[in-house]
Amino acid sequence: MCGIVGLHLRTPELYPRLGELLTGMLCEMGDRGSDSTGVAVYGDPVWSPPGRGCVSVVDVADDVGSAVAAELGSNVAAVKVDTTHLLSADVSSQVLLDAVTAVYPQALIAGFGADMAVLKGVGHPRTLTDAWGLAKAHGWHGVGHTRMATESAVTPAGCHPYAVGPEQCMVHNGSFANHATIRRELRAAGVQFDSDNDTEVGARFIAKQLAGGRDVEAALKELCATFDGFYTLLVSDRDSFAVVRDAIACKPAVIAETAEWVAMGSEYRALAGLPGVESAKIWEPEPEVIYAWTR
Amino acid sequence: MDTMTCFDLRTTPLREVNTALHSPNLAGEFVIEHPAGAHNVAVGLNAPVKVTVEGHVGYYTAGMNQQAEITINGNAGTGVAENMMSGTVWVKGNASQSAGATAQGGLLVIEGNAAARCGISMKGVDIVVGGDVGHMSAFMAQAGRLVIRGDAGEALGDSIYETRIYVRGVVASLGADCVAKEMRAEHHQELEHVLKAAGFDGDDTSSYTRYGSARSLYHFRVDNASSY
Repeated sequence: MCGIVGLHLRTPELYPRLGELLTGMLCEMGDRGSDSTGVAVYGDPVWSPPGRGCVSVVDVADDVGSAVAAELGSNVAAVKVDTTHLLSADVSSQVLLDAVTAVYPQALIAGFGADMAVLKGVGHPRTLTDAWGLAKAHGWHGVGHTRMATESAVTPAGCHPYAVGPEQCMVHNGSFANHATIRRELRAAGVQFDSDNDTEVGARFIAKQLAGGRDVEAALKELCATFDGFYTLLVSDRDSFAVVRDAIACKPAVIAETAEWVAMGSEYRALAGLPGVESAKIWEPEPEVIYAWTR
Repeated sequence: MDTMTCFDLRTTPLREVNTALHSPNLAGEFVIEHPAGAHNVAVGLNAPVKVTVEGHVGYYTAGMNQQAEITINGNAGTGVAENMMSGTVWVKGNASQSAGATAQGGLLVIEGNAAARCGISMKGVDIVVGGDVGHMSAFMAQAGRLVIRGDAGEALGDSIYETRIYVRGVVASLGADCVAKEMRAEHHQELEHVLKAAGFDGDDTSSYTRYGSARSLYHFRVDNASSY
């Protein structure tokens, strides 16, 4: 199964409630799988201070801030959120990322990019969202995933979201059948992987398309043409939020939209607690149709 | 006068509600409030009672229904009225995939649209959809009537055994062994009857096309042996 959720806020008045609303959505999906849980939050001023380069890194020593600062030659702020360190500095996210990977070549990079924080861990969303204090997070959009593991180990590296390109993030419900073939092709083209997970292949495929100049919609179309398997995908970056389902569309998805927000969940019950949902336009995305919103 | 019982799913656990609805000699009318997308609401009923669900529901609502008249004032998730035996299930909004799956009898009305695989493996139920249905609807359908007042998605009636499908709108494509058939007098009569039961008695039956089984997959053809 797996559960995925996403919330894109249109009115700034709701930004202070992003974490609270996302927590409710994610916990409701906990019984679609609770092997691991992850979120990406865009726009929390503490987790990803505005105007700074940001990197989220899992399971590194607590002196990560000073260690990376020494490598970088400039000040690095580190906020520890459960097992993830959220680093920020007055350099680009890519420069900060290079410094982190120079100091910790084996570390799991949960995500990198301006205004984005990614948290992931093994366990039920109720436990982890509590440990993260997610309910207090602010921001303009966020995505979340609760996993029933099928394709790879239950480890932080096997945990969604896969945020492998700058400010990008992908969550997936389903399984890709031909991921091993595509991983081989991407590896041959120089792409590096953190896990044996099928979704990571999809995320790195998308990142490569975007890096090559395609927009999100074109990248997702290419994914639909290349990948075999079952999927509902939610792909976000700093400003956009897109949903697509495979041609068979057996993995569920519900989208709800109001003037204040757009939300997506594996099931309606994930959306049932959102403010004003009674008057929302609610529909199921059609197979292989790409739905995208930009702020 | 029949009694009216109200359950609020914010305060009463679903299992208690369903247990109450399974009581012997059940009678009266029931309202279930605040379902908030819960699964398995009002499943397994077997009594001539009226149940109204006020809001959107999750998976398998009214599954295995016998005799009861269940109305959902909202949208329904996957598999609404799956394996229904008799009675009526009425969805005022839209239904997700596999609506009426394997249902053997009764009437399922979806006033809005139904998603993919509506009536998959249906075995005798009547299904009336006010709007469109998604792809692979009536897949492996065996008996009953599926009436679609709007359009049908790809591969309608794929691998159909029997079942009469009536479509007013456009069919994106027909599945294997499903073909358009002549509307004879008995089909106009049958369609009129089913539409009336679903409250759509104003429809002109001559604006519908009938689809059904070409029956060419019933028996194995030795000419095809080399394909296996």
